Amino acid sequence: MLELQGIAVSPGVAIGKAIVFDREGYSIARCLVSKSEAQREWQRLGEAVSKAHQVLGARGKETTDSWGANLGGIFSAQQQLLLDPHVRSEMEHLIRDNLYAAEYAVSEVFAKYAAAFRKASSSFLAERAADVRDVERTLLEALTGKPTQTFAEIPPGSIVVSHDLTPGETASFDTEKVLALCTEAGGPGGHTAIVARGMEIPAVVGVGNFLHNIRSGDELIIDGHLGRIFVSPDAPTRDRYLKRRIARESIVSELSELKDLPAVTSDGVHVELMANVEFPNETQACLARGADGVGLYRTEFLYLGHDKEPTEEDHFLAYQQVLRDMQGRPVVIRTLDLGADKMGMTRPVEPENNPFLGLRSIRLSLRNPALFRVQVRAILRAASAGNCRVMFPMVTTLDEFRSAKFLLRSVADDLTCEGIRIPSTLRVGMMVEVPAAVLMLDRFIEEIDFVSIGTNDLTQYTLAVDRSNDSVADLYQACDPAVLRLIKRTQEITSEHGKSTSVCGEMSNNPAHALLLVGMGIRSLSLAPSTIPVIKKAIRSVTLGQCEAMAWRALRLGTAREVEAFLMNQLAGLVPEIVLQA
Amino acid sequence: MITRVVTVQNPEGLHMRPADKLVRAATNFQCQIELERAGQIADCRSMIGLLTLGAPQGTELTLRAQGPDAPMAIEAIARLFDSQFDDP
Repeated sequence: MLELQGIAVSPGVAIGKAIVFDREGYSIARCLVSKSEAQREWQRLGEAVSKAHQVLGARGKETTDSWGANLGGIFSAQQQLLLDPHVRSEMEHLIRDNLYAAEYAVSEVFAKYAAAFRKASSSFLAERAADVRDVERTLLEALTGKPTQTFAEIPPGSIVVSHDLTPGETASFDTEKVLALCTEAGGPGGHTAIVARGMEIPAVVGVGNFLHNIRSGDELIIDGHLGRIFVSPDAPTRDRYLKRRIARESIVSELSELKDLPAVTSDGVHVELMANVEFPNETQACLARGADGVGLYRTEFLYLGHDKEPTEEDHFLAYQQVLRDMQGRPVVIRTLDLGADKMGMTRPVEPENNPFLGLRSIRLSLRNPALFRVQVRAILRAASAGNCRVMFPMVTTLDEFRSAKFLLRSVADDLTCEGIRIPSTLRVGMMVEVPAAVLMLDRFIEEIDFVSIGTNDLTQYTLAVDRSNDSVADLYQACDPAVLRLIKRTQEITSEHGKSTSVCGEMSNNPAHALLLVGMGIRSLSLAPSTIPVIKKAIRSVTLGQCEAMAWRALRLGTAREVEAFLMNQLAGLVPEIVLQA
Repeated sequence: MITRVVTVQNPEGLHMRPADKLVRAATNFQCQIELERAGQIADCRSMIGLLTLGAPQGTELTLRAQGPDAPMAIEAIARLFDSQFDDP
């Protein structure tokens, strides 16, 4: 058994057979042709170029439809690579003068440029090597009439393993057959991560060199929670993961029956279950899981993994799609939360000593009003497509909230002058992620329409723990009594003023924590679409009284460890069938 | 021959999409258009050539055009650089 560690970018566990796509793994016969055949080869290449041009165009359109114009634009640029006059004349020279077969000429010329790009010192050129290979592959497919690689023929139950995946490759995946993705290269904002999360399959990237240790057909376990990969797992490891998978599958089928039932406690208290989404195409998963709406629409994806600032139209189309797809259910659009760990490609700020305390999130937006206005305009323009709400992240001071709202109002005025109707019911809220905002919430409350607690950052800022720092990550506990007190206070202040508090951090994904939150008076949770069924099951299995008793006791405990142990114990008593999940 | 110095102003440099736009713009003209970075010359109609310049933000490039519509071409290409390759 070989155990490898990578970066977990899409959760879940998969057990399947590896299908390895080696970047240089296909070879083209080095065929020569006779002088009389050269003209025919050149014509054949010309026809293949126009066919490949169409294929790239169609891929671009398909990708724009599913992932937005930003990703789709890659294929327009790839079309230019295909039509490059230099590439063309070099291929012509190889065919006419050196009598290469068309395939041979294509692979020679493109391989040369891909190698030159890969060797380039600038990282952006190195990344372009994947595009060059993508164009080459498309052109070879057009020439030979068959795929050079068999993405279309992936057998069911496969785990795709590759150095990296090009946009063209991932666009052709059959989601019925691919169980998971695993790549040597890549990071959390990369293309593979984005696609895997969209497909809801586990993915681990950035594993480093390991393709030489694995062959197609090897058994593989991908743990997308912990970023672990097991090649040819031993029996105990395999059994452990098989048991987890069986437990998960049985509960998943049971849970899917709950889809159209509301999340109500057995004594009739309704809890709204909303979904956290990042990509427009995730709305399908939300609807399939019976989400009451989108409680947190993260908009950073428009910036991450792209080499160009998104235009207002890119923003607008994405928001409009989500609002339309959700068919009148509320959609809370969070304005840009860039900075710190989630910096986009364009890095608008200098390196910071302490990025989590630096220019990030709403601070970054307010500092760059031009960038912020583009997003706000797009949100307001899209608002009438559904039930739209706007939320500002990481608000720390009242001044920040006022500045953001002022900008929103001025944009709204501009749009009204342009004759664009903005729904009068548009609600504007803020995320509570900084202890200062909780302490001052009684002053904020008159000016805000709703609150959503982001438990990830709230935990980090309350406990002064960077959870990406291994040395202190164990101190990061959303159930720390200090965090619970802040949540409680937030809930009390908002309910006194008849306004709603939702919890949208990862805490909502944990059944024990979700019941605790319900016991603390929270009536709206926003969570990953995939965990909606299990949380619904937990809520439907308890009474409000049981939750309140849990909360009463938990709030009187002194340490995170005690709270966690107590909650797990309670969950095992109240909803034993889902404890297996954890 | 008309010559002008242009600067890559957009943060991501002369990347895929900017290069795509340059090629598209260049194909609207009859004249020869090229960009030079420290002795390295790229045909403005060649995606590969433009990418190979590897020009990050702040790079100064010499833009040259020769042919009947060279003045218009220079204007159009320089405008793309100045607008940071924004959509028209």
